[in-house]
Amino acid sequence: MIKKGLTALTNTMGRSVSLIQKAEQRMREELVRSTELMPEVLQKVFVSDEIKKLVQMMPKNIGDHGYDPWGYNQNTAEIGLAVLKSIYDYYFRVESYGLENVPKDGSAFVISNHSGQLPIDGTLIATALATNPNGPRAPRVMIERFFPTVPFVYTFLTQVGAIIGDPINCIKMLENGEIIIVFPEGVRGSGKPYRMRYQLQYMGTGFVRIAVQTKSPIIPVGVVGCEETMPSLGSVDPLARLLSIPYVPIAVPFPFPAKVLINFGEPIYLDGDIDDEDEMIKKVEYVKEKINHLIQKGLKQRGKRFL
Amino acid sequence: MDNQKKKKVLVTGAGGALAQRVINKLKLRRKYEIIGVGFKESSYYDDTIINYRIDFSKRGFEMVFRKHQLDSVIHLGRILLYDDTPSRRYNVNVTGSKKIFDLSLKYGVKNTIVLSTFYVYGAHPYNPSLIDEMFPLKASNNSSHLADAVELEYLSSLYMLKYPELNTTILRPCNILGPGIQNSVSLLLNRKYVPCLLGFSPIMQFIHVDDLAEAIVLAYETPKPGVYNIVTEDWLPYQKAIKMAGGVPVPIPPFPPSLSRQIVRRMNIKEFPDYLLNYYKYPVVLDGSLFKNTYAFKAKYSLTDIFDYYKDQKNLRVF
Repeated sequence: MIKKGLTALTNTMGRSVSLIQKAEQRMREELVRSTELMPEVLQKVFVSDEIKKLVQMMPKNIGDHGYDPWGYNQNTAEIGLAVLKSIYDYYFRVESYGLENVPKDGSAFVISNHSGQLPIDGTLIATALATNPNGPRAPRVMIERFFPTVPFVYTFLTQVGAIIGDPINCIKMLENGEIIIVFPEGVRGSGKPYRMRYQLQYMGTGFVRIAVQTKSPIIPVGVVGCEETMPSLGSVDPLARLLSIPYVPIAVPFPFPAKVLINFGEPIYLDGDIDDEDEMIKKVEYVKEKINHLIQKGLKQRGKRFL
Repeated sequence: MDNQKKKKVLVTGAGGALAQRVINKLKLRRKYEIIGVGFKESSYYDDTIINYRIDFSKRGFEMVFRKHQLDSVIHLGRILLYDDTPSRRYNVNVTGSKKIFDLSLKYGVKNTIVLSTFYVYGAHPYNPSLIDEMFPLKASNNSSHLADAVELEYLSSLYMLKYPELNTTILRPCNILGPGIQNSVSLLLNRKYVPCLLGFSPIMQFIHVDDLAEAIVLAYETPKPGVYNIVTEDWLPYQKAIKMAGGVPVPIPPFPPSLSRQIVRRMNIKEFPDYLLNYYKYPVVLDGSLFKNTYAFKAKYSLTDIFDYYKDQKNLRVF
């Protein structure tokens, strides 16, 4: 009798323990699923089949789980591209020319003029490359070094293809066959006032050295229209120093929907001695000349179509 | 093969999961006489393997070298980064390793393998991805708690360069995971609710303990002295890894850093000390191409295989 009772008791206990275990496991699974709800919803709302096809077509070395060493993720890239594509088409009404000059695979260095206070030109060039009808590419952009300390933002940016501007990142990416957008003018270009529009600023020789070292072609790009998105009168330097950011423009706080034209030039293949400073400066001047030519071409194409 | 002609290998840290796999792999080759040394936990092997339980920072350790004319040393014994006091870690990991190097020199050891870790590179917001072996070791910037790992590296490099007859190979693996592995990441992924930093999900690399053991045996059998990163060619963000291992990420507020450190200290998770916090915030992604090309190494276990083990373990436990 006692034995029977004890057996029944242990059986009940065992069963309840296994029930608790099952419930706990189920709860954990649901919790994990709930954390992935947000990207799933965004994916459903924004991403069309066309965008999915474009991202699938991009030649890319990624791991089994959809990530690469720099944190790029296909699913997030789809959401990013979907949002950018509508801005590209309907807000800035971008016209891109010369996209056939962009190589369909392998490394390439996209060098462009920089303007407009915010890095709008970078995102528009990236969208043009990602939606290139001749063969879409997953473009990489180099961003400021303070980003990795910003939660959420940096995770998102790396998942859509951005990475902090570091020569090692740049070289390794080109060796990996990536296409990188670089603005050698940096803040000198983007922060310049409206009166200096379409004047190329000083460019360092770093990008030319890396291009020679990795044997990557340079695609010169001239962007026209971004200067008009946020015309600035100048920068409040004391405030910028106080906030430890490069500049604080005196301008309207949102970008105007100015029409943007992007001209892609023919690839430039460079070689030479990377330790020869004079030779490298000459090559930089050559690339600058090409970009200037593309800017002038764009200005002519645009005429008076500011909007 | 005659016992006399068999090469004699000393494997330190013989109680650990990694050393056990290395020993088993060497045993299957039937070419080696294996001598295991461990000091934390005793381990049981069959009688073909001589096993000592001895602290290699103590004097009695020399007896092992005297008794067996050792040909090579595979130095895997380590006090892990979250474990024990910093001074004890320093004594065993650095002073103890120096002793092993000195004894190897004295008794004519011809081949030395030292296991280091990716932690030596340091987790820093400015880190580029695909760090190669020539990248400066910046872990001490993170915390003085990591000094022993960096000093062991420098010590090994010093012996590697000054005494080429030791044929020293230094291996820096990424996060090691798998059955029996007791490092910080492995123990964290074993939890059902895993702490992470809100809004940060650094890219991580993981290698299965069996793949690493294979890499160690490869490096041991064809010595090509140098420093090598060892990785599996796949990448995952930390929070995704937690989910794949069947755990729930529990976010900690990342700002201000002093607050997150306080919270981590209050949580009092042994394997998640505040000085390792940055490794769960910023990425340290290694470039393993040198080892891959030198030894034609390819990891057998995929990340799914690795994480399925952790998932199954969790579902077996009630609490």
